[in-house]
Amino acid sequence: MATDTLTLPPGADAPAFWDTDPHEHPSGGSTMLGFWLYLMSDCLIFAMLFAAWGVYGSSYAGGPDPKELFDLKLVAVNTAMLLFSSLTYGFAMIATDEGKKAQAQGWLAATGLFGLCFLAIELYEFSHLIHEGAGPWRSAFLSSFFTLVGTHGLHVTFGLIWLVVLMVQVAQRGLVPENVRRLQCLSLFWHFLDVIWIGVFTFVYLLGVLR
Amino acid sequence: MSDTLIKTIFGRLSWESFPIHEPILVGTFAVVAIGGGAVLAALTYFKLWGYLWKEWFTSVDHKKIGIMYMVLGIVMLLRGFADALMMRAQQSMAFGANEGFLPAHHYDQVFTAHGVIMIFFVAMPFVTGLMNYVVPLQIGARDVSFPFLNNFSFWMTTAGAMIVMASLFVGEFARTGWLAMAPLSGLDYSPDVGVDYYVWALQVAGVGTLLSGVNLIATIVKMRAPGMTLMKMPVFTWTALATNILIVAAFPVLTAVLAMLSLDRYVGTHFFTNTGGGNPMMYVNMIWIWGHPEVYILILPAFGVFSEVTSTFSSKRLFGYTSMVYAILVITILAYLVWLHHFFTMGSGASVNSFFGITTMIISIPTGAKIFNWLFTMYRGRVRFELPMMWTVAFMLTFVIGGMTGVLLAVPPADFVLHNSLFLVAHFHNVIIGGVLFGMFAGINYWWPKAFGFKLDPFWGKISFWSWVIGFWVAFTPLYILGLMGVTRRLRHFDDPSLQIWFVVAAVGAVIVAIGIAAFLMQIFVSIRDRNSDRLRDFTGDPWGGRTLEWATSSPPPAYNFAFTPVIHDLDAWYDMKNRKADRPTSGFRDIHMPRNTGAGVVLAGLSMVFALAMIWYIWWLAGLAFVGLLGAAIVHTFNYDRDYHIPAEEVTAVEDQRTAALAAHPQLAGA
Repeated sequence: MATDTLTLPPGADAPAFWDTDPHEHPSGGSTMLGFWLYLMSDCLIFAMLFAAWGVYGSSYAGGPDPKELFDLKLVAVNTAMLLFSSLTYGFAMIATDEGKKAQAQGWLAATGLFGLCFLAIELYEFSHLIHEGAGPWRSAFLSSFFTLVGTHGLHVTFGLIWLVVLMVQVAQRGLVPENVRRLQCLSLFWHFLDVIWIGVFTFVYLLGVLR
Repeated sequence: MSDTLIKTIFGRLSWESFPIHEPILVGTFAVVAIGGGAVLAALTYFKLWGYLWKEWFTSVDHKKIGIMYMVLGIVMLLRGFADALMMRAQQSMAFGANEGFLPAHHYDQVFTAHGVIMIFFVAMPFVTGLMNYVVPLQIGARDVSFPFLNNFSFWMTTAGAMIVMASLFVGEFARTGWLAMAPLSGLDYSPDVGVDYYVWALQVAGVGTLLSGVNLIATIVKMRAPGMTLMKMPVFTWTALATNILIVAAFPVLTAVLAMLSLDRYVGTHFFTNTGGGNPMMYVNMIWIWGHPEVYILILPAFGVFSEVTSTFSSKRLFGYTSMVYAILVITILAYLVWLHHFFTMGSGASVNSFFGITTMIISIPTGAKIFNWLFTMYRGRVRFELPMMWTVAFMLTFVIGGMTGVLLAVPPADFVLHNSLFLVAHFHNVIIGGVLFGMFAGINYWWPKAFGFKLDPFWGKISFWSWVIGFWVAFTPLYILGLMGVTRRLRHFDDPSLQIWFVVAAVGAVIVAIGIAAFLMQIFVSIRDRNSDRLRDFTGDPWGGRTLEWATSSPPPAYNFAFTPVIHDLDAWYDMKNRKADRPTSGFRDIHMPRNTGAGVVLAGLSMVFALAMIWYIWWLAGLAFVGLLGAAIVHTFNYDRDYHIPAEEVTAVEDQRTAALAAHPQLAGA
């Protein structure tokens, strides 16, 4: 044996090598970490889309530029919708923590309504742009704009579907541990989308108009 | 029926999509159809469908999923290697008036498919399979953090592989090279379905890879047995952690860049086009920001295997464990700082190229440290040259040379000469075959007895080993030489007859490697046939005198891995247990809480595949249907709250009593 450092000194007791005490591991202990990791990977998709915006943001190809296209007042209303939805989701989580099912459902419904308004305004903006001949195929600037904002919108759409499914499940089974865990995951997801939107609002709309 | 109706129903799919005029493809199809038909008939005849479905396809057991990944890797290796043989044959004969046997249209698909399959559907399944099988056992856990997600990930990877395979017989594959560089991969230059097959196969498989990355990180961070601090974690688990961090941080980039490429192709956006303000170099940058970490995703687990094997077969604690861990982490970080060395010729200027040249060269420092650690582990050890150790030594010799040619390529002025030459092709095969593949063979030979309860036959294993090692050098040394002479990659035909001899030698090398693959299959067959013989059967669960926790279980381990959670006091936890005569508990077993099997993974991956194929062929109604089905199936799955069960204590006791009896009859190797 060349590097045997493991021999016990004489008389020393061997420690316990097996955990034989009965105890249950609560299931789902890794869920929040796992969901965080997923969100960080999603964040990288947005990072690439922001990078594309950084590169293509002024490649107008002779087409319209942000000053002509963006209606900041509309976007401000839209931003308010999403920020309010985050606030109401926060209230829903407080109600969940206190075990108030009806109240939680009410706040979740409010979150869904704000989210729906956000999506409606975004779709109106998109259709308006396309109608004006400023669709994603017009220039690289518009390609990256539609892709970044549209990917965010797609996330909000899936978030809304998830929200509805969760409300049904909470109605069916109440605030059982599985449902609370799912509400926490959706909460992370929803606030994450809010953070991404703040980046979109700042870098795409505000700085885009200044460009 | 009117043309529009047919177009609405079948999209781009028509009779011309089936390559009945290409004899090679018709022949391949006949072989696949007859072979596949025979397998399906045999499964039906022996009534194995129910068994496969219940015990394997729907299983959430990390061990079974790991084995299924390995099977996928071996099957796809045969396909990928068939492509390699065709390329070697074509290049060895297509000189002067001889056009060879592959038309350009077909040859370009062959080299693209070879690269895509070998990286995504051979190397990745091998790496993921080994991590899946070994990591939970090494950290003393009963399964991964998200067992259902694990099953789903496997089926998404398989669905991706099936999409690539479908392109062989319906339509065509991309003719762009394995990274589908823009603008060649754009709609202007590749209007056919080939690039769409490529994009959707990788997107579907990418979901699986990403989720299995999330899963294994959570497993390693959250589910280690008590006492196993980070610095008491086995090196293979460390490399698995680093690899999965790389996966989670790199694969979203691939997803994003492929999504942009498909928008260019489906919607008409201008990300990577030459017109409309697009920029093809953006594609090159983004794909390599994923692509470079990807090569470390593949090699790090192989480094982990070599660490475990060297220490076990030298009967010594690994030399320089701490430096090994730091080397792994440094490589993980540097993996993100070198992507531009793949295109020094882009013309980004001297300062940018110098930065990326230097970061690339720095990577050889932690890698060199690892090589020395393995050498010092062997130094004055009692080295046993069993198969895993043979692969390890061959790796060290081969990989060092591959690494040095890599440092050579990292010098920007040298790279301007060697960029996209056969020298580069020889270099990356040198590190991927000599590193990743040798590592996987070492791992397969090392952990096979753990998974199945018997060793692999050493005679056929040695034939496979020598054929691979010799075949590799005969096949790729000529490519180094040709590359230095200025021959570029992906050529189908040559004018200069003086080059031919080198290509003939390379083709001979490929045939020797083919013998190696045949011998590997033979090795598996012979071992299964002789599995009950004394020379192969392992009763103890520890046939090599192992040092880490997986060897504390029976071979194969029970579904629950450990009846009681082990407590760790030392890096070489199992060696410590043997050394200090830790008694295995033989009574007092309790019910064990386990996750339940589910078919949801198969259903979701199947629907994803239908969706992808419909998108490839512009069959919009089917794509819509499949997408709604996918969403619906996922939602239905969330309404299933009954996801676990308990293995009753009596059953655990029965299994553990069997093990007690086996150990009494066959004493374990002591500290070895």
